[in-house]
Parts: sequence; structure tokens; C-alpha cells
Amino acid sequence: MTDTTQTPPRRAPIADTPQRRAMLKRLKHKPSVKGSLIALFLIVTIGLTLPFFAPQNPYDLASFSVMDNRLPPGSESFDGTKFLLGTDQQGRDMLSAIFYGLRVSLMVGLISTGLALMIGVCVGLVAAVMGGRTEAMLMRLVDFILGFPTILVALVLLAMIGRGVDKVILAIVVVQWANYARIMRSAALSERRKEYVEAAFNLGFAKPRVMFRHIMPNSLNAVLVVATVQIASAITLEATLSFLGVGVPVTEPSLGLLVASGFDYLMSGDYWISLYPGVALLVLIFSLNLVGDRLRTALDPKRS
Amino acid sequence: MFTFVTQRLLQSTAVLFAVSVAVFLAVYAVGNPVDLLISPEATQAERAEMIARYGLDRPVWSQYLTFLGNALQGDLGTSFVHGEPALSLILSRVPATFELVVSALLIASVIGIPVGLWVGLNDGSFGSRAVMTGSIMGYSIPSFWKGMVLILVFAVWLNWLPASGRGETVEIFGVPFSFLTVDGLRHMAMPVINLAIPNIALMIRLTAAGASEAARQDYVKFARAKGVSNTRIVRRHILRNILIPIVTVLGVEFGSLIAFSTITETVFAWPGMGKLLITSIYQLDRPVVVAYVMLVTFIFVTVNLLVDFAYAALDPRVKLSERMS
Repeated sequence: MTDTTQTPPRRAPIADTPQRRAMLKRLKHKPSVKGSLIALFLIVTIGLTLPFFAPQNPYDLASFSVMDNRLPPGSESFDGTKFLLGTDQQGRDMLSAIFYGLRVSLMVGLISTGLALMIGVCVGLVAAVMGGRTEAMLMRLVDFILGFPTILVALVLLAMIGRGVDKVILAIVVVQWANYARIMRSAALSERRKEYVEAAFNLGFAKPRVMFRHIMPNSLNAVLVVATVQIASAITLEATLSFLGVGVPVTEPSLGLLVASGFDYLMSGDYWISLYPGVALLVLIFSLNLVGDRLRTALDPKRS
Repeated sequence: MFTFVTQRLLQSTAVLFAVSVAVFLAVYAVGNPVDLLISPEATQAERAEMIARYGLDRPVWSQYLTFLGNALQGDLGTSFVHGEPALSLILSRVPATFELVVSALLIASVIGIPVGLWVGLNDGSFGSRAVMTGSIMGYSIPSFWKGMVLILVFAVWLNWLPASGRGETVEIFGVPFSFLTVDGLRHMAMPVINLAIPNIALMIRLTAAGASEAARQDYVKFARAKGVSNTRIVRRHILRNILIPIVTVLGVEFGSLIAFSTITETVFAWPGMGKLLITSIYQLDRPVVVAYVMLVTFIFVTVNLLVDFAYAALDPRVKLSERMS
């Protein structure tokens, strides 16, 4: 625990501490973590930059031809373009479609996690600092939302409001903010009892200032670890909703929608339309979950 | 015990009540209930009749009371597409879903608990680390894609198992079940595996975490020092203590598997309530959606209640306090 004889930290003590350095060192030397981080870096780079270099623009109807539909991986079209991963039912190059799909999936995952994180952190902080009836009410709401499986809430919500990128993000935020709120509250509660917070209150700082400048930076660690895993579950949720036909619109296919569009051709053996987007999705989700899992183990005080 | 039971019953009723308000607001207050509840193909006379029946011209609170009153009598509206009461339509699909969910949970416990126990007791060995990393893979694979890969491998390439439907069924008390015929079992194999995989991973992780923590406790060390055999320590001292969180999670998972079976049922065209929900969403058959939400919430609340009671029965501390009082 923190040494109370020191001067209370005014700002975030996310600075260098020996424990932190040791933890990062332990993490860096795990081959699984290294592999996942490299995979994540590649995926994010591909998702952000490669759409500009992709062999084809899958949104531009003029850039592909129905004549090339459902070509197996490695085949060539009449004009000599090579389709490394084959083409879909409209003659789109699968590799380009995956690059663009990755971008949509990543964007939805990151934006929704970011928004849910902000809401959850604020709610958790308010609950911990205010206490009393506010806390009880907020936490009952959190329990209520966490009591239901995410897929059910999101599915029914989207069934009511319709499909669209913004609506999917809204649905993911609705099901995820409560996770952060719960963790933030318990972290903030234990910080609140510490002397530097008491000192800040006694100095007459306003509640919001103490909340956001003193308590929040010190209790953010636990929330951020959960966020890694939550990005993965946000991406999975988006893919699943899109697969079920209530997610992103057909004009902006994410990886889940690409998998769905190949489903009809699976029985005739045209596996590549579904298989490769799914592989991309799996690598993304698995890497995120693995990093999240290792981070959690590294931060677990019982283990070190 | 009586106070505990009453308290939990009251809480459960409150949750059901809250969900009914949320669903009511989503259907009636956010959108135009006339459009949501009345089929677009209805004639003007039918519209007027429906408006009068559901009291759509009255204030919101009074509409809610009507909705609640109807719901309490089991009337959650009539399906536009099938023309049947929505609730009985869903209830007719419940056995198919339960068959999948119960089988998946069974497989998850039969595989997950022993493997998890082994992993937890061999903490840090290469094998246990490999299983733990593998289990991350288990819950990372998106369910719908995993189902499609299963179909691709076992139905399209190897041609071993059928890709869709329930197969031959046998009726027990008028309810059709697949698990009693060979054909039915062949149809069940892939959906059940698909549903079970993330749960096997969850069971392994949960049991392993519990077992490795329990093995380090003083009472286990003491039992070992006393010369109690290893099998007995694992059975009586470790397993019995970690069974409580396992039972809790199994109960909660039962509810969440019902929701997650929506995906598996869609992939394998399994005629359960999840498939019905997805079809109803496509066909804008809102009464069925509403009835599904209310029914699943009811199942959820009931299961959670049962889990809490099982918890009280399993936890030695609860027993102790009873004996003392």
C-alpha cells in the first residue's frame, strides 16, 4: 500500500515505481504477450492504413465485376488481377473486404468501449464519493443491467431502434458501462479512505476536483485492465449482432457481416467468404483477451 | 431462513416489475404503439378494434396497467405472423432450446470441472499453462463463426453430421425431444458442442482458480499434516469448498445460455425460441419479441432465486448459523 508518511501525491502516481517496472518487465518477457502485442499492432495498422493500399475499394461498385463472383483463393480475373483470398458473391476481393471490415470492427469496438468507459468511470466515482441514496440507486441500476446477458439486451434494443453503426455503438455502451461503474466504485471506495483524499477535502477543494484529479487517476488501473478485455467483447458483440442481421448496415460491412454474407454459400463448399474474415476476427479477439488475461495476472497482488 | 426466502422473492418480483416497465416504455412510449403493435396489413376496422382493446388512446400509466394486467393473465399479445398468442408460440419452442442448453451445461461440467481441478492442483506446470491459454481461445472464438466452421468441417467436407434441423423426435408427454433417437442425437451434436465450448473454458478457469486457491489454505495443509489421503483432501476439502461458486455460475450460465443459444440456433437452423426471436425481429413481429423478453426474464429470475437457495444449502456457514439459532 502507499506510504502515508510521504507527501500526498497531488497528481496521478502513474509514474515510475519499482513495482511497475518489474511488472512491465515480467509482461514483456512472456512470448504469448509479445506475440499478441505484435498481432494487435499489425491488425490496428492494417485496419487504419491499409484500406488506402487495399487492392480494391469494396465500397466502389465500379472497381469490381460480378463476372468475378465466388472465385476461389488464388485465382485471377480476366484482366489479370489476382485474388489472394478469393472473391465474394458480388465479385469483391475478399482481402480488401477484410481490410475495410477490420476498420469498421475496430472503430465500433474502440468508440463504444471509450464511451462506456467514460460513463462507467463517472458513475462509479459519483457513487463512491456521494454515497447514501445516490450510491444505492446507481448500484441497483448497475446490478440490474449486469443481471442480463449482453447479447439479449443489445439484440432486443436494436430490434426496437433499428440497425446502423451509431445504434450498434449505443447498444454496446448500454450493456457495457455498468461493468466499469462497478469496478470503478470499489476502487474509488478504497482510495477515498486514504489520507491524501481526506487532506484534499480538508483543503476545501470542490468535490468534482477531488473526484477527477485525486481519486480517479489513482483508481483507474483496475478499470483499464478490464477495458482490454471489454474491447474484445465489444468487437465480438458487434460481430454477432451484425451476423444476426441487426448490426451494421450492408453498406459498411464489418467482419461479422462478411462472415454472414458467406453463410449461404457455405453448403456449396465456397468456404473462403466466411472463413477468412472469421480468422481475422479471431486473431483480433484472441490477442486482446490474452493481453487482458496476462495483465490481470500480473496485477494480481496474490500472485506476485 | 424464512426472512431470506421472502426477501429474495420480493427482490425477484421487483426485477420482473422493472423489466416490464422497461419493455413497456420501449414498445409503447418510445415508438408509436399503433405502428408497433398493429400489423401494417391490418384493415382500418381491425386497427380501431386493437386501439380500443389495448386502450392506446388512454394515458400512458393507464395503458401500462392494462399491459400489466394482461401480462399477469398470460396475455402478452398475439403474433402478427402466426396469428397465435405470442406466449404459447414461444412456449412451444422452449423444449428444443432447453434440450440444447441442458446438454451443453452437462458437457461443460463433465469436462470442465475435472480438467479445471487438475489444472488448479498442478498450478504452474506446462500442461496446466497450456490448458489455461487454450481456454482463452475457447471463449475468444465468436460463436457464430465457430458454428460455421463446424458445419464446414463435419457437414460439408467430411459429411459426417447433418448441418441443420432437429432430426427425428420422440414425444414424451406430448413434448418432442431429439435426444432419444440416433438421428436426433446426430442433429444435436454440433449445436451442443458449439454452445458448450465457451462454457467448458469458463468451467475450467473457474474450477482451476478455486482449486489452486483452496489448495493453499490452512485447512488443506492441516488435513495433509494429519495424514488424510490425497483423494479425500481433493474430494472433501477442496471440491466441496469450490462447489459453491461453481453452482452459482452454472445457474447464471443456464440463463445466459438461453440467450446465447439464439446465435447457435440461427446457425444450425434449430427450431428453438432463439431462432423464433430472430425470425420475429426480421418480420417485425413485436408481440413475440416482447413475450420473449418477459419469458426469458422470468426464467432468469427464477433460476437466480433457485441458485441462491442452493447456495444457502451448500454453504456450510449458512448451515452452521441455522443450527446455532
